[in-house]
Amino acid sequence: MSCIEQMKYEILLDRTTYKDAREYIKENSDEVYYVSPGYKIFRDYHIIGVPPIAMGAKGSALIFTYTKPCYGTFVLTVDNEDSIKEINRLREKEEEKVISSLKKSKPHESSKKPPGSFLDMWKK
Amino acid sequence: MTGVKVLLMMGCPEVPIQTSIALYLSHKLANSGFDVTVAGTGAATKLLRVSDSDSYYVKKLVNLDKTLEDVIEKRADFDICFAFMHNDAGMTYAATMSALSEAKLYSIVFGRNAEALAETIEFDCDQIIEKAAHNPVQLKKKLDKVLEEISK
Repeated sequence: MSCIEQMKYEILLDRTTYKDAREYIKENSDEVYYVSPGYKIFRDYHIIGVPPIAMGAKGSALIFTYTKPCYGTFVLTVDNEDSIKEINRLREKEEEKVISSLKKSKPHESSKKPPGSFLDMWKK
Repeated sequence: MTGVKVLLMMGCPEVPIQTSIALYLSHKLANSGFDVTVAGTGAATKLLRVSDSDSYYVKKLVNLDKTLEDVIEKRADFDICFAFMHNDAGMTYAATMSALSEAKLYSIVFGRNAEALAETIEFDCDQIIEKAAHNPVQLKKKLDKVLEEISK
């Protein structure tokens, strides 16, 4: 049994498809982050899902999917100290992604010199 | 095929043919020399264990979530995976396996909504589709062809 089942959670959507659960998170969260299948939250819960896996933040609450083989996918929300930690971790991961993509892209270089004056621009 | 690791991933056992096909596939694959592991939900594994109480057809029977956790944590992986699915949750588990594992994936799509469910599959896999819930014969025939191919 995952620790999720022992946590205080609220069910926002129950027994739905994964696709509908993802749409629900996108439409009902202040911030949406995308993670890979197997992403671990709350120490021992690995998210089962069809990529891209959406995770939402609404205030201090974390919104995520939980799939059970016989019952389908649920959208759950947890609002406690652990959810704040998880949201911060998602924000940090997003920042890391931006930084690494900036490092990969070459600095913007123009082959043309900027026009020195309005007259130069007019000549062009 | 000695040493080739095969995982049979069973979902919710509510559609009867899953148990019989899992027993059949496990035994056929083992007889061909494959190293077979069958993973399932609590109910699916109990159905199998009672049907095969002496472990004649299924030698390795494990918990589905624990197996996925082992694949995620890179403690285990397989060469071939057969994922049973008759509902969206089964498809979701298979999609997760597809994203995490190096295994060649076969989706066994069955049940009354098999065709519609197969259309929702967006990951790379071979699909074996049979709109059957109670009678496993047609699905068995399709799987026999797959077994013939992978045993070559």
